[in-house]
Amino acid sequence: MTTPSASDGARPAGAGRAPSPAALGNAAAADEGQQSLLRLHQVGKNFGPVQALAGIDLDIPAGLVTAIVGDNGAGKTTLIKTISGIWQPDHGEIVWMGRPIHLHSPRDAAKLGIATVYQDLALCDNLDIVQNMFLGREAIRHWQLDENSMELSAKQTLSDLAVMSVRSIRQPVGSLSGGQRQAVAVAKAVMQEAKLVVMDEPTAALGVTQTRVVLDLIGRLARRNIAVVVISHNLNDVMAVADRVAVLHLGRLAAVGPTSRFDTQVIVDLMTTGASTRLRGDAAGSPSADPGNGGSQQSQDNALNAGEAL
Amino acid sequence: MSTDVHEPPPDAVAQADAAAAESAGLAAPEIIANSLGEYARIWAKRVRNGESGALPVILGLVAIVVYFQVRSSLFLSTGNLVNLLVQGAPFILLGMAEVFVLLLGEIDLSIGYGGAIGATVTAWLAFSTPWWIAILGGLAATTVLGAILGTLITRLGLPSFVVTLAGFLGFEGLLIELVARSGHGTGGTIPISNSIIVDLTSGNLTPVASWIVIMAVVVVAGVFMILRDRRRRLSGLVTPPVSVTALKIATMAVAGVVVVLVSNTNRGLATTPLRGLPWVVLVVLGMLMLWTALLGRTRFGRYIYAIGGNAEAARRAGVNVIMIRTLAFTLCGMTAGVAGIVYASRLGSISTDVDGGQLVLFAVAGAVIGGTHLFGGRGKMLNAVLGGLVVAAIYNGLYLLGLQAAPTDMVTALVLLAAVTVDALARRGRRSA
Ligand SMILES: Nc1ncnc2c1ncn2[C@@H]1O[C@H](COP(=O)(O)OP(=O)(O)OP(=O)(O)O)[C@@H](O)[C@H]1O
Ligand SMILES: [Mg+2]
Repeated sequence: MTTPSASDGARPAGAGRAPSPAALGNAAAADEGQQSLLRLHQVGKNFGPVQALAGIDLDIPAGLVTAIVGDNGAGKTTLIKTISGIWQPDHGEIVWMGRPIHLHSPRDAAKLGIATVYQDLALCDNLDIVQNMFLGREAIRHWQLDENSMELSAKQTLSDLAVMSVRSIRQPVGSLSGGQRQAVAVAKAVMQEAKLVVMDEPTAALGVTQTRVVLDLIGRLARRNIAVVVISHNLNDVMAVADRVAVLHLGRLAAVGPTSRFDTQVIVDLMTTGASTRLRGDAAGSPSADPGNGGSQQSQDNALNAGEAL
Repeated sequence: MSTDVHEPPPDAVAQADAAAAESAGLAAPEIIANSLGEYARIWAKRVRNGESGALPVILGLVAIVVYFQVRSSLFLSTGNLVNLLVQGAPFILLGMAEVFVLLLGEIDLSIGYGGAIGATVTAWLAFSTPWWIAILGGLAATTVLGAILGTLITRLGLPSFVVTLAGFLGFEGLLIELVARSGHGTGGTIPISNSIIVDLTSGNLTPVASWIVIMAVVVVAGVFMILRDRRRRLSGLVTPPVSVTALKIATMAVAGVVVVLVSNTNRGLATTPLRGLPWVVLVVLGMLMLWTALLGRTRFGRYIYAIGGNAEAARRAGVNVIMIRTLAFTLCGMTAGVAGIVYASRLGSISTDVDGGQLVLFAVAGAVIGGTHLFGGRGKMLNAVLGGLVVAAIYNGLYLLGLQAAPTDMVTALVLLAAVTVDALARRGRRSA
């Protein structure tokens, strides 16, 4: 079985990313799933007769980026809405840090450290960056807003994430570009000590440069040992940033495993038909990869099935 | 300049940075300018972007003053200027009331008659209780009315336009009923029996006290601004250039000196001199400072802006949107009560003939002319003061020219339309930017 850190190192985009200690520790225990931050067990969700999700088994480990891909209507949004407390699952259970949990609202999820970044809805255009980052949890001193301390810690968080360069963090968010807004929303989640950051199509409306900015930011989150779940329709983005890929097809998990086991064509096959005949073996260069695995089609499928159990 | 949040990482952000620098013109100039010259440039850019702040309304006020002075030499007489301040006070206060709800993107059409109800309760109580109980009673009444409308709007999810329109009608009826039942109303008018309440608008500070009070306000505000800059500098945050802060304090001081000089000039007869700052100016200043602090320095104020900007985002951030919105309508009602009492104080009575419709339209006009956005999220209490002065100047000037209600209403309507148009154009400009 490959380790997350090994697969990480095998990808060019991930090269140079220092695997966090927890991610390394995660490797050995991954099979038992003990270390995964969030674990979905046989989760199902119906909307009337529509089975939006069925029998989803998915582990979200800390310090790794998990990409969720799938065709329109595959259930991606439903899945992350279940994680972030907007929907309650009809079947199965959600386990957070080893404990089964019931999320009744996004606020429940936020309390546990699950932050969802919405591209359009999360920021007030008329407020500045600091005001947005502290919205709902303003610092108070002498019965007044403590603007200076808020500005200092906002500045600190933004520079830790090293992703956004703006002239002033006192400029209204409405004057920022799409990527910068995304960065502010992510920084807000980080400042609120989120352990899991969920993003639905964070790069959908962005140009090339801004997409780079957001993808870099996602990488930095993972390095801070934050678990990231990203939905994206852009497979290039997925291949560039994700450590793990989960493919949904008609509400079922078609495959899940380290990114190194997929390529764009495989993902497209899985997305459209739920299966692929061109599944790649365990990551090349992975020390734990069994050389015999590359042989028959059968064993490749086994490797992927093993991945599903991760 | 190097106000970057951090050393930019290599290439990826270079372009984003350029985009940010491009849009930085929208940030308040204080926080990104390092010199007076730069401040002026950024400020000019903001004006071009439609973030003009107080500039148009001040220019408009100057134009109106010049026009009326040319048409009637009485306009700039000290007596008339002081009169204008007193006359404008109810418009300004009602405008301030309206700012609370306009910031949410709502409107309150009921505050004209709501304020009149407050004045009626005060006038009624003044027959039997000390002045301050009478005033507190009047304010309590309008606060409760505001809370009721606010609750209907937020709990039932009804549009504020319709609910407060119902309030507009209902309160007019309530006003007539109250005046009739008070037992003090003759011909639908209750006189203000308490001389202290009347003196709110007709009483003046002594000339010496006028100097002391206004200079004290300027010094306190100035020290406050300097200390705030100092604290920011000590925290290592970007601080506005010293020259900009100095200029602001100087402007305040000059405005204060002019107001005191004008009010200390004898505006009565040689035999019965009349000088000094009218008390009501202090009432307006006090409300301005109180509400400005509330909006700018408390969570409540921050949440008002947040809800006005994006209610869904505020809700997701954990803001109790329903409570904040209800409170805003409540404070709107309370401020309208102050306006109503000042209005009745000036007339020496409150009557069922009060034109609550005109009052509320002047209030909305004043707030919007001053620069408060009709669509929520942007505006300040100071906007209501400047806009209220514009409305009062039009009202007063046309009166001096011997023109009555019809042209006053039409001119105010035109100015309001102009202000809303500027607001909408600025908004469109911002969106396409
Ligand atoms: N609130 C809802 N009520 C009823 N059906 C729903 C609801 N939300 C989602 N569905 C259905 O569930 C299925 C999965 O939808 P979902 O939005 O999760 O897809 P998705 O993978 O996010 O698609 P897309 O890529 O288009 O965003 C679809 O068949 C959809 O019609
Ligand atoms: Mg979706």
